[in-house]
Amino acid sequence: MTDTHADFLTLLAGIIGVLIVASGIGYVLKQRVAPDGSNATIENLNARIIAWWGMTAFLAVAFLAGRGGVIALFAFTSFAALREFVTLTTRRASDHWAIACAFFVILPLQYWLIWYEWYGMWSLLIPVYAFLILPIIAVLQGDSRNFLVRISQMQWALMICVFCASHVPALLFLEIPGFEARNVLLIAFLIVVVQLSDVLQYTWGKLFGRHPVAPSLSPSKTWEGLIGGVASATLIGTALFWITPFTPLQAAGMSLVITLAGFFGGLVMSAIKRDRGVKDWGHMIAGHGGFIDRLDSVVFSAPLFFHLTRYYWSLT
Amino acid sequence: MTRDILARLTGSAITTFARLITAVRAIWDGSDPEPVQRVYFANHTSNGDFILIWTVLPPNLRRRTRPVAGADYWLKSPLKTFIGRDVFNAVLIDRDTETRTQDPIKLILDGLDAGASLILFPEGTRNTTDKPLLPFKSGLYNISDARPEVDLVPVWIDNLNDVMPKGKLVPIPLLCTVTFGAPIRVEPGEDRKDFLNRAETALQALAPADDSPAEKATA
Repeated sequence: MTDTHADFLTLLAGIIGVLIVASGIGYVLKQRVAPDGSNATIENLNARIIAWWGMTAFLAVAFLAGRGGVIALFAFTSFAALREFVTLTTRRASDHWAIACAFFVILPLQYWLIWYEWYGMWSLLIPVYAFLILPIIAVLQGDSRNFLVRISQMQWALMICVFCASHVPALLFLEIPGFEARNVLLIAFLIVVVQLSDVLQYTWGKLFGRHPVAPSLSPSKTWEGLIGGVASATLIGTALFWITPFTPLQAAGMSLVITLAGFFGGLVMSAIKRDRGVKDWGHMIAGHGGFIDRLDSVVFSAPLFFHLTRYYWSLT
Repeated sequence: MTRDILARLTGSAITTFARLITAVRAIWDGSDPEPVQRVYFANHTSNGDFILIWTVLPPNLRRRTRPVAGADYWLKSPLKTFIGRDVFNAVLIDRDTETRTQDPIKLILDGLDAGASLILFPEGTRNTTDKPLLPFKSGLYNISDARPEVDLVPVWIDNLNDVMPKGKLVPIPLLCTVTFGAPIRVEPGEDRKDFLNRAETALQALAPADDSPAEKATA
């Protein structure tokens, strides 16, 4: 067994341990407070815990399957997220071909380019080429009603759900001296720290939250939750430095950046949901929200994490 | 035998594909997924409508539920015949009043008498207008009047029209829901028009308030 596998399994064991404890707490809370499922906070907590079990299982399988597995997992995640996002966008029948192109041409191409390690192209495909081609396809249908709104929302959907999300598997292709064949641990670091930050912000907010950060956007996001969650997730990220190419201090800095980006990502996505008049992005599990609800923070932090790591640590 | 296995596999492939494209979810709002005989009546905007209902029904209900569909469409080619007859076990009715040899209502009642649940589209044809529903044909009344002991369950299919608009070959992935409402029956002495109005109202009441974000934003 290689080092990477050993480290990965240690990390996995840790995560599973935390999830077992969390599931136990969730179960006891439910039995004590509202066994009939009438307490929304406890139901939400348990829904999140179930989602993390699923995420952990999928990530573990994908990691063991290697690069192809990770790319396939994130390509599917992008597909599911895009499906949720486009459902809420302003569309007209004339956008049919442009949207089909986004799903069935741009999305697979983006992940193929990442697989092909063509950095110059995958980092431009959506911001430049899709940006130009999709409005051309749309305009050829001859329907100008709400045109700017429609093409802007389509571009936004692709940027968030495909472009930003694809930076996660792209971490596999960085070449970091002394860190060869261990890149999958960078993905684990990013996801674990950002997801923990989500739950810690939530927990701190529930326990001590008094002052909302943006009351008009998301009453559940409080300063107490933000500071407590980001600080504790940063501490955990620092403690995880041994799975990364970073020193403890660098791991702390990285953790701070990605947890803050994750927080603002959640805030931005809340604003979009509020604008569209929905509570959740989708219905992955009945009543428990969609893919975007669980991944908004990862999506916002991934490009930052990728570029910081690439600029300071990678040869490519 | 081989044909039967092939039909089952095709059925699974179709429901898997439907889930991949629409992540369809059932909302039981007024009735429950119980294994009792029913007539599900739904709004009709796309050829995929009954596939979506069929997909969200639990397998034990799905096996005994037959869509009522136009023979003119489903007997057009060997592949369509296989899918219509073998996979969905559809009750195929001839919509052409001039040439048909069998009474559609009789075929439908035969299906019910054999114990099947049915899926039918009382608008009679696909709705391509901006209105939420076309006026219902009399069939629903005739069926319920003849078999008053069978519950009629309204089913609203949301968003599928945007996934697969008429004339487009490639579907676009969007989330869809299928909402099952409270059952209705013809009341003793209720006349045809009153009943059809009541059925239309029951179905339309299941449509989400914000039916289409596309139209909302154009205001």
